[in-house]
Amino acid sequence: MNLVTNNKWIGQRTIRPDGMDKVTGRAQFAADTTMPGMIWGKVLRSPHPHARIRSIDTSKAEKLPGVKAVVTSKDIVDFPIEKGAVMLGIQDMRWMCRNVMARDKALFPGHPVAAVAATTEAIAEEACKLIEVDYEVLPWSIEIDDALKPDAPILHEFNKFDGKPSNIVGRLEHKKGDIEQGFKQADIVIERTFTTRPVHQGYIEPHACLISVAPDGKTTIWSSSQGQFMVRAMTAYLTGIPQSDIRAIPAEIGGGFGGKTIVYLEPLATLLAKKSGRPVKMVMTREEVMRATGPTSGSKSTVKVGATKDGRIVAAHGTFYLQAGAFPGSPIRGAAGCSFTPYDIPNLLSEGYDVCSNRSKVAAYRAPGAPIGAYAVECVLDEVAEALKMDPLDFRLKNAAREGTKAAHGPVFPRIGYVETVEAAKSSPHYAAPLGDGNGKLRGRGTASGFWFNAGGESSAQVNITEDGNVVVTTGHPDIGGSRAGIANICAELLGIDYRRVSVIIGDTQTVGFSNLTGGSRVLFASSMVVTQSTEKIIQTLRERAAKIWEIDPEAVKWENGAAHPASPNAGQFEPLTLEELAEKAPAMGGPIGAGVQLNTQGADGGFGTHVCDVEVDVDLGIARVIRYTAVQDVGRAIHPGYVEGQLQGGVAQGIGWALNEEYIYTKEGKVDNPGFLDYRMPVCSDLPMIDCIMVEIPNPKHPQGVKGVGEVPLVPVMAAVANAIYDALGKRFYALPMSPPKVVEMLEAPTRQAAE
Amino acid sequence: MTELRYLAPDTLDEAVGAFAKAGSAARILAGGTDLLVQMRSGVLKPGVIVDIKRIPELTAIEQTADGGFRIGAAVSGMALAEHETFGKVWPGVLEAVNLIGSKQVQGRASAGGNLCNGSPAGDSVPAMVAAGAIVTVQGPNGRREMKVEDVPAGPGRTNLKPGEILVSFTLPPRPPGSSDAYLRMIPRTEMDIAVVGCGVSLTMKDGTVTAARVGLGAVAPTVLLVEDAAKALIGSKLDDAALAKAASACSAACRPIDDKRGTIAYRIKVAGVLLKRTAAIAAQRATQKN
Ligand SMILES: Cc1cc2nc3c(=O)[nH]c(=O)nc-3n(C[C@H](O)[C@H](O)[C@H](O)COP(=O)(O)OP(=O)(O)OC[C@H]3O[C@@H](n4cnc5c(N)ncnc54)[C@H](O)[C@@H]3O)c2cc1C
Repeated sequence: MNLVTNNKWIGQRTIRPDGMDKVTGRAQFAADTTMPGMIWGKVLRSPHPHARIRSIDTSKAEKLPGVKAVVTSKDIVDFPIEKGAVMLGIQDMRWMCRNVMARDKALFPGHPVAAVAATTEAIAEEACKLIEVDYEVLPWSIEIDDALKPDAPILHEFNKFDGKPSNIVGRLEHKKGDIEQGFKQADIVIERTFTTRPVHQGYIEPHACLISVAPDGKTTIWSSSQGQFMVRAMTAYLTGIPQSDIRAIPAEIGGGFGGKTIVYLEPLATLLAKKSGRPVKMVMTREEVMRATGPTSGSKSTVKVGATKDGRIVAAHGTFYLQAGAFPGSPIRGAAGCSFTPYDIPNLLSEGYDVCSNRSKVAAYRAPGAPIGAYAVECVLDEVAEALKMDPLDFRLKNAAREGTKAAHGPVFPRIGYVETVEAAKSSPHYAAPLGDGNGKLRGRGTASGFWFNAGGESSAQVNITEDGNVVVTTGHPDIGGSRAGIANICAELLGIDYRRVSVIIGDTQTVGFSNLTGGSRVLFASSMVVTQSTEKIIQTLRERAAKIWEIDPEAVKWENGAAHPASPNAGQFEPLTLEELAEKAPAMGGPIGAGVQLNTQGADGGFGTHVCDVEVDVDLGIARVIRYTAVQDVGRAIHPGYVEGQLQGGVAQGIGWALNEEYIYTKEGKVDNPGFLDYRMPVCSDLPMIDCIMVEIPNPKHPQGVKGVGEVPLVPVMAAVANAIYDALGKRFYALPMSPPKVVEMLEAPTRQAAE
Repeated sequence: MTELRYLAPDTLDEAVGAFAKAGSAARILAGGTDLLVQMRSGVLKPGVIVDIKRIPELTAIEQTADGGFRIGAAVSGMALAEHETFGKVWPGVLEAVNLIGSKQVQGRASAGGNLCNGSPAGDSVPAMVAAGAIVTVQGPNGRREMKVEDVPAGPGRTNLKPGEILVSFTLPPRPPGSSDAYLRMIPRTEMDIAVVGCGVSLTMKDGTVTAARVGLGAVAPTVLLVEDAAKALIGSKLDDAALAKAASACSAACRPIDDKRGTIAYRIKVAGVLLKRTAAIAAQRATQKN
């Protein structure tokens, strides 16, 4: 692998292509689209956490003037449970068809039971009220402990665990060595149990779509998602319309963080549009987003770590229970698979349990499951290091996974950058700086590490040279993290032209080849592979064209600085032929210049990060604030450093919210009590310090530019880093999130702490 | 679908007439930063909206003959901040009003709306209570005055009679050595709602408190005037014992609820903590001026 180091555009903070549109309000988000004759769709949602639906009578709603169509679960394609899984990515269509519209049972407050399209939003809302649903209200449970009680109401009666009906709908384990033997070697063993609350991705743009179904069945979807192909496939499955008839056009996206990797509205709007013959627009309210779309899991984790006196971890055991919500599918893979991965632990058992309960179905959230697991593991490691009187970073270094370490989830690591992240954290100005005087407030410092798998998968790209010699690149992934800017840098670098001459757009499902959704930190990794190969094909064509004009061998032509040159004086004396000149001559020289490549990309390397966090606690009010934060990460190669830092800072901001204030609060009736941004407290700008980033670049040898995914790792260590810092400040440990002011005060006033082992 | 009529009269008499005539279907619109939010979320569906921002008396800030201030009920936070002297005399009231929302919200939101919205957590209300503000209201039966603390009746309710409009707040003249302060506890740094709010107004002479008033928000169904806390401060030099006594009086006055914003125990504790901190700021301001 020859890594080019004197790059012109790779590694530059080029101007982002979507910036101007976004700051001037020109960007078209899903809710900005309109069509002549458009009508409005609204969803009737279950008020109950758990209820059997005996019958639904829509006749009154249908008679209301202005109502054009009503749909219920009868209109949605059924995927019978007994016929087995029908997977689309990580989603089972059996659960998806029941999540977009309740069938026999409503499983959470907010679960759709019917949808109406009418000439105005107000009429559609009014019509929803006229739908009569006969519910048999059932007992319910939301919290993991409640859902696991022997007499807990069972959400899915068909599901058995240990031979009995159960809300445990899945289990996985990763195993290495023998933990029983391992713990016997330990001089010190610490075991702790932690809980976290469900938290929402908190994207600012609510789910929205506009859908038109023509009389011939041709369907057009404008919607905001992390994958237009996912939207097309799920809509096809749930409505029965073939994929070839559905054109899903990705709108500019106002945040997703994993939460827009599944559909809620599109199948309903499609069916309403088909029934009514009119384009149907649906836009969720914030309240609907908070009640009915996927937050991530609440959790209960128990982590036990054993180490020898000299600081070697000899055994570890993690048990992670994650709330799946109404249907199976919590991110236990991330929790059980990532949490111990930064460490070389000879004896390890990591188990994940998927638990259904009566709240909305989880959706992916940035490194799904990994932050939950890392929170528990990294807090216990902090305690072990303290008990061993070791610096927490030295303790991590001593146990760090390196090239050749076998991870419990399978792979033997190639060259990885974990050690470098710890070393960079250790030698950072932040770690060396004194904490300073809090002026009456208590200060503390904490550290934590984290890992995320990262992903490759299917990507398609088409690169075309325009008639005037510029470049248009079409890729298939909604850009939520800077992929357009990164692709422009790479393409400009390869072609040797100014990045402003490369225009990168996201194609719709009928104009670009299949591309898997934007998730798993895969997009720049995968799409730069197909763009690189496409561009290399184009360069080959350009060399052949120049060779033809010069009447020399193509091998005697080199491509440099945006033009064809004779490879050496031996090849002949010719003036360079620029991209513009070759584009102009294209019609006569064999036709348009362009190339497309489609691949199932392989070779994504996992990512590691190590964070340092300083907090200041106002002990009388219980307010903990992060006053300094440094995120160190092995980013492979920072194609666009500004965007990479943005990813790191964004992940940290979300983690600080998760650690300190964000949580779903439920009423006694089992409904979300804080379904809005006033009482669901994500951090605002003034809550956060400037987040410092240290990018460690250990290039991925299996990628043409050395790219590793960077978008998810930065959320993984945060809650543990904050919790460890608060411990350092207060001398008391929290075993539950969020560490919100009332809880901090309660902890400080409590006489006892969780008993040491 | 229900129709919505929007009226924007130029005089108070017209406004009172229209408001009274429309009865319970009508709502007064000042900045709209509560009203429009409530309408959008479907909590309220008024048939008539009476916008009071065109009425000169409701948007005026005047210095009264005795040296006090009269602030129109619909004066926005930004307009109050831009007044030349108000913030020097009543820094606590001003900081409370200016804490409401963001810059954008400040361009609209009024102290009148904050009070009439009836939220026990309204930020300007404890500061107004501490300031000893008197409100003027006008209704079909003419004008009357009320103490500001008598306006709220409970969450979302006021003691204004049908058809009555809040006209202005009158703040008394300030003896030398006086100042005030307002602090609120919120989990975030801004864009949040008070879990506890505390306003303190003090007059000091030679280091001793000669007059004091304390207002507490978000700890009971209505904003409270805490006379016991004021008594503990008056005559003291704000020594630890006096502050502790005033803090306990605040904690004792609390009748909070456990809700998504805070627990009973937490609010009771914080009320005392804020009293101490707010009194210290007010005292510092009061003595600085001498
Ligand atoms: C983003 C945001 C942030 C906010 N942050 C805060 C905050 O930090 N602290 C806080 O306390 N509040 C906050 N609020 C709430 C709101 O801004 C305040 O309560 C504000 O003071 C209301 O004033 P207004 O002029 O906009 O009132 P309006 O919305 O116009 O009126 C509020 C209510 O009072 C009635 N009313 C108004 N004026 C009169 C009158 N003269 N006579 C009789 N009735 C009247 C109205 O009919 C309505 O019922 C926030 C609101 C938003 C949208």
